[in-house]
Amino acid sequence: MINKFWLFFIFIGTIVAAATGNMGKLTQVILDNAQRGVSISLGLVAILTFWMGIMKIIEKSGLSAILVRALGPMATFLFPSVPRDHPAMSSILLTMSADMLGMGSAATPIGLKAMKQLQELNPDKETASPAMCTFLAMNTSSITLIPTTIIALRGATGSLSPSMIIPTALVATCASFATAICLDRLFRYFYTRREKND
Amino acid sequence: MTDIMNTVSAWAIPVLVVVVVAYAAWKRVPVFETFVEGGKEGFAIAVNLIPYMVAMLVGLGIFRESGAFDLFVRLLEPLTSLVGIPGEVLPLAIMRPISGNGALAIVAETMQRYGPDSLLGLIACTMQGSTDTTFYILTVYFGSVGVRNARYSLKVGLLADITGFLVSVFVCKLVFG
Repeated sequence: MINKFWLFFIFIGTIVAAATGNMGKLTQVILDNAQRGVSISLGLVAILTFWMGIMKIIEKSGLSAILVRALGPMATFLFPSVPRDHPAMSSILLTMSADMLGMGSAATPIGLKAMKQLQELNPDKETASPAMCTFLAMNTSSITLIPTTIIALRGATGSLSPSMIIPTALVATCASFATAICLDRLFRYFYTRREKND
Repeated sequence: MTDIMNTVSAWAIPVLVVVVVAYAAWKRVPVFETFVEGGKEGFAIAVNLIPYMVAMLVGLGIFRESGAFDLFVRLLEPLTSLVGIPGEVLPLAIMRPISGNGALAIVAETMQRYGPDSLLGLIACTMQGSTDTTFYILTVYFGSVGVRNARYSLKVGLLADITGFLVSVFVCKLVFG
């Protein structure tokens, strides 16, 4: 998918440039933007180093364990089909807390472990179980308390107030999370009914 | 409303940092050494991002400087103005569910072009922070356990993304507009 997107940009861009006589600019655009890509990425080193350091402290101090305990009741509500003491439950909780802390790709290995454990509970191995669907809904719309990478990026591009978007992002992320959870329940109801009728 | 938002954004990070460090110190975690150990990963993450940023910025740069971007925005204007989304953030909305790093590069480009504290820049950042990479997560998570029938997962994920985008635009216009 991303392949088509990128191809579209370059292909259409070049054709339009040829049509509008902007071809002369393109070589310089390529060079400039490649340079920019490198400097933006390297501009993130400072703040990412800081966040990764703080994340390590959160992990080592047991603060993430506290978050996991606090999320417990919510998880039992969201995943009624998963037994409370099943290992899948603790993996789900860990993934949730990693998402909340904006750990991004660091959450993936824990999420995959949760999927494996949910698969053990799944009677039909080729079809997603309701718990899996809820877990995916939760992950694709993940609630992020502090979007660390974006704040870093804002700093790297010269924002006067990099943290300005924390509240707006929080509102938007809660809205998408709530939508995902509600739709998940709604679709589960309709799909289960339809599949029974078949 | 705006006052509360300003307070939240000013306090969130300093409070988080001091709470984390104080709690860890209370639990007798060697805070400095732990910080340094974790911080080493920051460089690797930034360096891994380089090819994504270069690829996306070059692609988007060609698309923009050729005049194709303006054409694209103007073409979709009737549609985007109907729901109140600025056409300039549409490529981001399309990219967001497909590639996290690709979308991050678009956010960077948007901020460089219009300014990080401009309305468009703020909308882009809020969008990026509100959802995750739906297609990627579905592919990787279901793929890893061999589930072939994802049932309604894709629909739920994409509808949640759309909600996130619309709310992002709405909230940003309300708070920063």
